[in-house]
Amino acid sequence: MRSLAAALLLVFLGSAAQAQDRAAAGRYQAILGDCEGCHTAPTGKPFAGGLVLQTPFGDMGVPNITQDRSTGIGNWSEAEFRRAIREGVAPGGRRLYPAMPYPYFARMSDADLSSLWAYLKTLAPVRHAVEVNRLRFPFDVRTLMTGWDWLYFKSEAFKPVAGKSAEWNRGAYLVTGPGHCGACHTAKTLLGADRAALLTGDSLQGWFAPEITGAKPRGVGGWSVNDVVTYLKTGWNAHSVASGPMADVVERSTSQMNDGDLQAIAVYLKDQPAADSEQQNALAANDPAMTAGAQLYRQNCVGCHGWDGKGEGLIVPPLAGNAALIQTSAENLIRIVLAGAQSVTTKSTPTEPSMPSFAWKLDDRQMADLLTYVRNSWGNQAPRIRADSIAKVRAGLRGGS
Amino acid sequence: MARLLPRKDVVIMGLGWTGAVLAQELTDAGLDVVAIERGPWRDTATDFNIGYMPDELRFSVRKELFLSPVVEAMTMRNNADQVALPMRDYGSFLPGHGVGGAGVHWNGYVWRFFGSDFQLKTHLSKRYGARRVSELQLEDWGVSYDELEHCFDRFEYLTGTSGKAGNLKGQKIEGGNVFEDARARDYPTPPLKMPYAAALFMETARGLGLHPFPAPAANLSQPYVNPLGVAMGQCTYCGFCERFGCANYSKATPQTTILPVLMKKKNFEARTECEVLKINLHPDGKTASGVIYVDRSGEEYEQPADIILLCGYGLMNVRMLLLSGIGKAYDATTGEGTVGRNYCYQTQGAGVRLIFEGKHFNPFIGTGALAAVIDDFNGDAFDHSSLDFVGGAGISCGTSNGRPIGYRPTPQGTPRWGAKWKKAVAETYQNTMGIGAQGSSYPVRGNYLDLDPTYKDRFGRPLLRVTFDFPDNDLRMANYMSGQLTKIGRAMNPRELTVSHAGKGWNSVPYQTTHNTGGATMGANPRTSVVNRYLQSWDVSNLFVIGASAFQNNAGKNPTGTVGALAYWAAEAIRDRYLKKPGALVGT
Repeated sequence: MRSLAAALLLVFLGSAAQAQDRAAAGRYQAILGDCEGCHTAPTGKPFAGGLVLQTPFGDMGVPNITQDRSTGIGNWSEAEFRRAIREGVAPGGRRLYPAMPYPYFARMSDADLSSLWAYLKTLAPVRHAVEVNRLRFPFDVRTLMTGWDWLYFKSEAFKPVAGKSAEWNRGAYLVTGPGHCGACHTAKTLLGADRAALLTGDSLQGWFAPEITGAKPRGVGGWSVNDVVTYLKTGWNAHSVASGPMADVVERSTSQMNDGDLQAIAVYLKDQPAADSEQQNALAANDPAMTAGAQLYRQNCVGCHGWDGKGEGLIVPPLAGNAALIQTSAENLIRIVLAGAQSVTTKSTPTEPSMPSFAWKLDDRQMADLLTYVRNSWGNQAPRIRADSIAKVRAGLRGGS
Repeated sequence: MARLLPRKDVVIMGLGWTGAVLAQELTDAGLDVVAIERGPWRDTATDFNIGYMPDELRFSVRKELFLSPVVEAMTMRNNADQVALPMRDYGSFLPGHGVGGAGVHWNGYVWRFFGSDFQLKTHLSKRYGARRVSELQLEDWGVSYDELEHCFDRFEYLTGTSGKAGNLKGQKIEGGNVFEDARARDYPTPPLKMPYAAALFMETARGLGLHPFPAPAANLSQPYVNPLGVAMGQCTYCGFCERFGCANYSKATPQTTILPVLMKKKNFEARTECEVLKINLHPDGKTASGVIYVDRSGEEYEQPADIILLCGYGLMNVRMLLLSGIGKAYDATTGEGTVGRNYCYQTQGAGVRLIFEGKHFNPFIGTGALAAVIDDFNGDAFDHSSLDFVGGAGISCGTSNGRPIGYRPTPQGTPRWGAKWKKAVAETYQNTMGIGAQGSSYPVRGNYLDLDPTYKDRFGRPLLRVTFDFPDNDLRMANYMSGQLTKIGRAMNPRELTVSHAGKGWNSVPYQTTHNTGGATMGANPRTSVVNRYLQSWDVSNLFVIGASAFQNNAGKNPTGTVGALAYWAAEAIRDRYLKKPGALVGT
C-alpha cells in the first residue's frame, strides 16, 4: 500500500515537473508572440487586457486572458484555445477579429501551442472586464468575419521551405508565426488583410512600421546579421534605435528571445525581397530646402547628432545611413521631431535617452526643410518632405493619436 | 491629523546626489525605499530641452532651477552682535530644488579632498604646533582618506569623471595633480580638451616651476557607460552648464547616472512635491519612527520607516535636525552643543583678470569644470611654517561660460553704459581671461547655524539663521593667493592686470559659491560632532545625515566629490554593518 502511494506520488511529482517544464517553455512562446504587450493595459495587470488598439475600423479593447472565469479565459479548454488560435473562433462560435493576429499564430506548431496553453493556465486570475468591440458599424458585426476569414484566412501549419537552411526556416517560422512581424510591417488591404509585398512597411496607430526586408538601404540589407541581433536584443545598434511601438516590442519580446532565435530572424529577414521602388537621387545641396534645412540642422541638431550625422554611442542614434529616415513614409521622422520620443529600455540599455520635442519651435515649413535635409545628407537619399505632410502629423498629434 | 502610511524599510529626505546614491545602494541590498522630494520631478528631455535650455535670462538670471525663497528662505548676519534679516533672494549661494537637487545645475568638478583635510586638527598641530591653529575650531572627521579611497573611486566611475591621475598608487605622474593622495586607478575618461586661456596658463605655470593639470570634470570628454549601465554623451562645450540642466546627457547628474536604473526598481518610489516637516522620534528619543510630510495639496502624511536618511542640501539637513529637536543645538557663547557647529563656506575673492591685445580666447567655448588648475598652494601641499595662515586654495584658469548677459568684461575706467561701453565690450570680450583662487574655509567659534528667533516659513517653522564672516586666517590666506595670482598673471604679459582681494563682511547678495559645509559634522567625539564616522546620528541611531553638512572644514576645492564619496561610505556602513546589527555603530 505504502509503495503504491509512493509510486503514485512519484507519478504525480513527475507529471507536476513535466507541467512545470511545459509552462516554462510556454512562457517563452508568450515572449515570442509578445502576448503580454497587447494583452496588458498601460497601467494594468499583466495579461488582464484593456489596452485599446486604434484600427482603421474603429477602436478595439484587448481582452483579458488571465484565468479569471468570468472576465478572462478561465473557462476555456485547451481544445477551445487551440481553435481560437487556429481558426479564429472563440468558444460559443464568436469570430475573432484579426487585430488578434491569429492568421500568424495559426502557423504555430502543436507543441508550441500546447506549451503556451500550459503557461496561460498558470496565470493568476484577474477580474477585469474589457469592452472589446468598439468598432464602427458595420465592422462591429462579428459574423462579417466569417466572410473575411473565407476571403483572407487559410489556417495552415508552417511548412519549412526545402533548400533553405534550418536556421532560415526557424526564422521564417518565428517571423510569419508567433513573432507576427507582418501584423505591423506588412501593408494591409482596405479590409485589413496582408498585401502581397510582405514586410515592406505600413502605417498604423500614428507610426510607420518600416520596411524590414533585405532591401538596402531601406530595409535591413545594410545591416549585418549581428546588427539585427543587437537591435532586437538591446533596441540599439550602430545604425538605429527603437522607439515608439517597436520599443515596446523590444522591451517585452525580442530582448528576451534567445540568441539563436534572433540570429534565425535576422537570416530570414535579410533574405526577403525588397519592395519595388524608384531609384532616388539625393537632392542637390543648393536646393533651397537643403540650404534652409542645413542652417536649421546647425542651429538645432548638431549638438547631439553631430556635423557628420553620426550621433554618439548609446545616447544619440545616427542620422547618416539610418534606414528609419528614408522610409516611403516620413511619418515617424515627423512625429519624433514634433513630439519627441523616448528610446527603448532593456536590461543592457537602461538609459532611455530622449529626443526632445521641437513642435513649439519649428513651423511646418522649417520642419519640412530640416527633414528634407537630413533625408538627403551624409549619403541618405529620399524624396523631399512637404510642409503639408508636417501639418497633417501635427494635427494628428493634437488630436491625441 | 497626518494620514498614516504603510511602513517602509527606508525613507530618504531629498532626491539629489546623496539621496540617489543611497537609494540605489539600499534598493540593491533588497530594502524597500521611498524618497520624499520637496521639488518637482525633472528629466532631461522635458525639463532640459536642447531647444530652450540655453536661455540665460530664464535659467541664469531668473534662476528657474533653484530653490526660491518662497519655498524656504534663510536669515543671515555676519556676527552675533547683529540682528539677522531674511535674504530676499538667494544670491551668494544657490541651493538646488527638485529631483537631482544641486546635482542638476552644478559645474561638475569632482575633487578628492587631501588626506590631511580629514585629519586637519591632528595634521596641522603636529606639523606647526597646536598654538598655530588655536584661533580655529578644528576637528578631525573620524575617517581617513585611505578608508574613503574606494568610495571616491566609485563616485568618479559613477559620474564618468574626465581627468588625469597625478598619483597612481604612490607613483607621481606628470601632467596630473602630483599633490593628490594616492588613487587606485586613473579616471574613467581622459581629460577635457583645454581651451586657449587654460593652455596659456598651463604653459606659464610650468615655466614658473608649478604643476598645472586639467581639472577632474563630470562634463564628459567622451561617451561613457557607467557601472550601472547608464550611458552618457560627450560634452559639447556649449557654455550653458552651471545654473542649467544638461540637454545632451554629458554632465553627470542623478538624472544621467542613477535615476534611469533606480526609477525602474519595484522596491523604490519617489514622491515629489512633498516636503518633510519633521522627523518623528519614538518616546525614548533614541530612535526615529518616521517623518511627517505635506504634499502639494496641503495634506499631511506620516511615513513610518526603520531607517531615516537625511539627504537634503547641507543647510537643510541642519535645519531639519534643529526643527525635529535631534541633538543639542550649538551655542556659540558657551561652545557647547553640536548641531549647527563648524559651519564653513569657501574663501573666494582672490583673483586676477588679464586683458591682452589680439587674442582670441573664444570664451563661449566652455563647460562647467573646464579648467587648468594648480594645487601647489592648496591645503597643506606647501609649507606654512613661515606664513601667517593655514589652508590654501586651488588656483585655476577656466572657461565655463562666455554668455551674452553675464560676461561683459571691460578695461578699467570704462563707463558702465553707452557707446564707449559697447565699444569696449566688443574689443575686450575675446581678449580677456581670468585666474581665480578657490580658498579653503576653516571653522571658528563664531560661525554657525541655528534657528532664527523671529522669521518663519510658510508652515510656521523658524527659518535657518546663518551667522558667518570670513575668519581672519582665511582672509590672510586669500591675500597670499592674490599675490601668487599676480605673479602668475604678470608672467603672462597682459596689457592690463586687475587684482581682486577677499575682504571682511560676507555679503549674501552677489554670487560667490554654493559650497556651504558643516553644521551636522562627522567625527569621533559626540561632543564635537553630530554624526559618527559612518554619518550615523550620535543621538538617534536609525538616522543618518549625509551631505556636505558632515564636513568639519571645507577644502580649497569643490565639495561634490567628497559628498559623493561620503554617500557611498554611509551606504556601505548601513548595508554591511547596520543591517546586520541595527543600533549605534560606534560606542559613545
